[in-house]
Formats: sequence, C-alpha cells, structure tokens
Amino acid sequence: MENILQGFQGALSLIFSGDREVYSIIGLSLRVSFISVLISMAFSVPAGIIIGMREFPLRKTVVMVINTLMGLPPVIAGLFVYLFLSRSGPLGYLGILHTPKAMIIAQVLLISPIITGITMASVKDRGTLVKNTAYTLGAGRVQILWTLIREFRTSIGSSLIAGYGRAISEVGAVMLVGGNIKGFTRVMTTAIVLETNMGNFDQAIAIGIVLLSLFFIINIILQRIQGA
Amino acid sequence: MKKYYVLTIGLLLIFALVSCGPAETPQPEEPEEQTPQEEPLGPITLATTTSTENSGLLDDILPHFEEKYSTRVNVVAVGTGQAMEMGKNGDADVLLVHAEATEIEFVNDGYGVDRHRVMYNDFIIVGPEDDPAGLKETAGADAAKALSIISENKVPFASRGDDSGTHKKELELWQAAGIEPEGDWYKSVGQGMGATLNFANEQEAYTMTDRATYLSMSDELDLVILVEGDELMFNQYGVIKVNPEKHTGINKEGADRFVEWIISDEVQQKISDFGKDEYGQSLFVPNAE
Repeated sequence: MENILQGFQGALSLIFSGDREVYSIIGLSLRVSFISVLISMAFSVPAGIIIGMREFPLRKTVVMVINTLMGLPPVIAGLFVYLFLSRSGPLGYLGILHTPKAMIIAQVLLISPIITGITMASVKDRGTLVKNTAYTLGAGRVQILWTLIREFRTSIGSSLIAGYGRAISEVGAVMLVGGNIKGFTRVMTTAIVLETNMGNFDQAIAIGIVLLSLFFIINIILQRIQGA
Repeated sequence: MKKYYVLTIGLLLIFALVSCGPAETPQPEEPEEQTPQEEPLGPITLATTTSTENSGLLDDILPHFEEKYSTRVNVVAVGTGQAMEMGKNGDADVLLVHAEATEIEFVNDGYGVDRHRVMYNDFIIVGPEDDPAGLKETAGADAAKALSIISENKVPFASRGDDSGTHKKELELWQAAGIEPEGDWYKSVGQGMGATLNFANEQEAYTMTDRATYLSMSDELDLVILVEGDELMFNQYGVIKVNPEKHTGINKEGADRFVEWIISDEVQQKISDFGKDEYGQSLFVPNAE
C-alpha cells in the first residue's frame, strides 16, 4: 500500500520535477509511437479500405491472416525484427539494432494489422455505397479513396488511436530491439521494468501513472469521437 | 464530431512536438558534429550483465569515459548468456560479463579478443531472516553443503534460470553438491537478479545473488546473508573486445579505448570507491592485472 501511495506522490513530483532524464523517457515513448503510427497509417489505411471492399481471390485468407496478426505477441514481433537487424542477420549492414529506428520498425509491424483490421471492418458494410455515390458523381480512383477516408475518418481515427495505444504500452518488443539503453532507447515501459527489477517499486508506479494518465486523455477523446 | 477529430490530431501533434523538444537534448552527443577533441570515437555498444547496471556502478563510472572521449556508451544490460550471444552476432563492440569459463571459450572460438580481468565481487546465499532450513548454523561458509540442506528440506529456492553468469555459477554449485535440483521447491524465475531477489523476498525463498545487487537493494529486502566467503562463490568480471574481423561495423577503436580505460589505475580506483559511502564496503573489488 505504501508503495502505491508513494507512487502517486512520485508521479506528481516526476512530472513537475523538470528532470531531463524523465522527460526524455516520456518524450521518446511518445515520439517513437507517434512516428510508428504515421508510418503504419500511410499504408495500413489504404490497405484496410481496399481489402475491406474489394473482392479478390484468397480474400478470406488475407482477412484471417490480418485478424490473427492483430494478436501478434509483441515479443515475437521484437524477436523477428531483432534477428533481421542483428549484424549477423540479413539487414545487419544497416547497423540500427538497439536504436529508436529499430523500435519504430517493431512497432509498425505490431500495429499495422490493428490499423488495417479496424479500418477493414469499418468500411465493409457502408463502403460500397459511398464508393458508388462518389463514382456516379464522376470521381477518379484517388478521389474515391480520399472520399472514403473522409467518410470513415471517425473509425479510421479510432484505429490510429488503438494502434498508438498498443505501441506506447507494449514492452516486449522495444526491450528486445531497443535494449533499454539509458538516455537513448529507454522508454516508459522499459523504464518501468527496470525500476521494478531494481526494487524501486514507487518509481515504477510513478512512471506507470504517467503512462496511464496520458492514455486516459487519449481515451477521453476517443470516446467523444465515437459518441458524437 | 469534426471538432473532436481535429482535437485528437492536434493533441497528437502537440505530443510529438513536446516530445521532440527535451528528448533531443540527451540524445547521443554525436562526436562527429562536435569540435574534434583528442580522438573522436563513434558510439560504443557495451553488452553487459544486469548486475553492473542494477547496482549503479556503470552510472557512476561511465560519464568519465564519455567525457574523456566525447562519445557515448550504449549499455545493453542483459544476462551473460545473451550478452555473449550479442558478441557472437556482432551486435556489441565490447562485453563486460562474469562467467570466466565461458569467456575463455568465447575467446578461443575466435569471437572475442584481448580478454582482461576487471574486478570481482562474490556470490552469497541469502534467505528469510528466520532461516527455516537452519543454514546459518549447519552450513557455515560451505555453499555446496548449504544447497544440499536446502534440497533435503525442500525449502523454496529461487533460481535465475536465465543462463546468466549468476545462473551458471549456481548450477556449478549444485554440481559440486552432487544434486540435480528438481521439484516444486526449486523455482526457476527466468529473470534478472533484481527481479529474482524481489521474488525470493515475496516468497520467503532462499536464493543465490551477487553481493553488489543484494547490497544495492538491501533497503527493500527482508532477506539476510546466510552463507558467504566460500571460494567457490568468487565472481570474476572480465572485459572482452568483440573480434572486429568477424563482422563489419564493429567499433574497434572504441573497444580498444574502453578496455584500456577500464583496466587503468584511475578507473580501478573508482571501482574500488564505488558504494563505500553508501554501504560501508566496496561492491566490487578491482583486480585488473
């Protein structure tokens, strides 16, 4: 109990302490996950729309694979990226293992199925109607895609936030490919693991509270969007 | 509805901006971009064990190196098994580990070059204060005997179980005692030293730990030292450069400077001083030759 109370106290003093290391940890978490969402969005949203609406051979299989990958264990995504980026692996010449770049790659791998999957599910029913309307109004291919994105912006927005949430709160992948290097690849979740391992439970809880609060804010907005 | 959407995007953008600010400052000070001091080195990746990081030793001594060579040392703290694997795969430039037999094999197999002893501390067997197996009276300083008493009484024992240097040492001790540890009482945790000590603390189990990690956490633990001083529990740390000929991209120059630095008299003294103020004893005893 004492630890939890100290954690709350610690969380407040962490946020207002002006401690550069803490800010850099929080900042890196937000930044890495934000970039991951941006990158993933660029191809996952169009992919979701296309898979959701088009008929093509093996479509059912593709949908099944995406749905399965939505539950991809983070540490497996991390291990996969690790083996590719290791100097003895096929992409080892890049030399980006244990950098934020590697963390972004792992997170993109992790959240793309989620963004694709949610987008796919949301356009499935009403998408064709929107598409046909746009088509009869004389829209070209790119314009149709754009209209669809605009029309389904709410659920696409939700998918992005879900992806962001997954990315910023997972620990297995970033621990493995980032290496939890102090001041370089240490993010909130890996810092929590480290503090826990060192027995600094109050510090771990404090960072956890910061993470939860950020997520709480994001969720309020998400709910408003969905409720509106 | 649209308003909230815009708000979301706005908020995410603010997050990104906010995070760009302070996060940049402590980023690696790229030596290339600074006015070249004596010898600009690229960032060095040091694969090491959780004990050197969790005890706070590296935080204490590394700034001296980073300042001296205006570079940065990226510390990846994992079990000795994983650290060696990183060395084999060329994912680290230099290793600071503790499993002497494996280290020598590592060098003989050509994965590493130029191994040096750096320092030692010792392993101890800790357990709950009331000591249900009575190790303190019966085992004395005999680690193997202590383990046989634990297994005879089937009192809970927490093992790292992660192929780390500490885990390897623990297995050596079981072997010395002629026991194959098995059963409900033998709990293989599969985590770092700190996590294992927390586990033992919660479960009122015995465990074997390096002294440094135990001392640095002793405030939070109810565990007490029960067996210490056995020569078998000597814990030697060694530094090894990863063989730069095995992989491209190894920071050879950086590894050379690092090894020179850590075995220098000045740094050996720093290692000896570390922890004296706080714990009244050195956590690590330097012994570079």
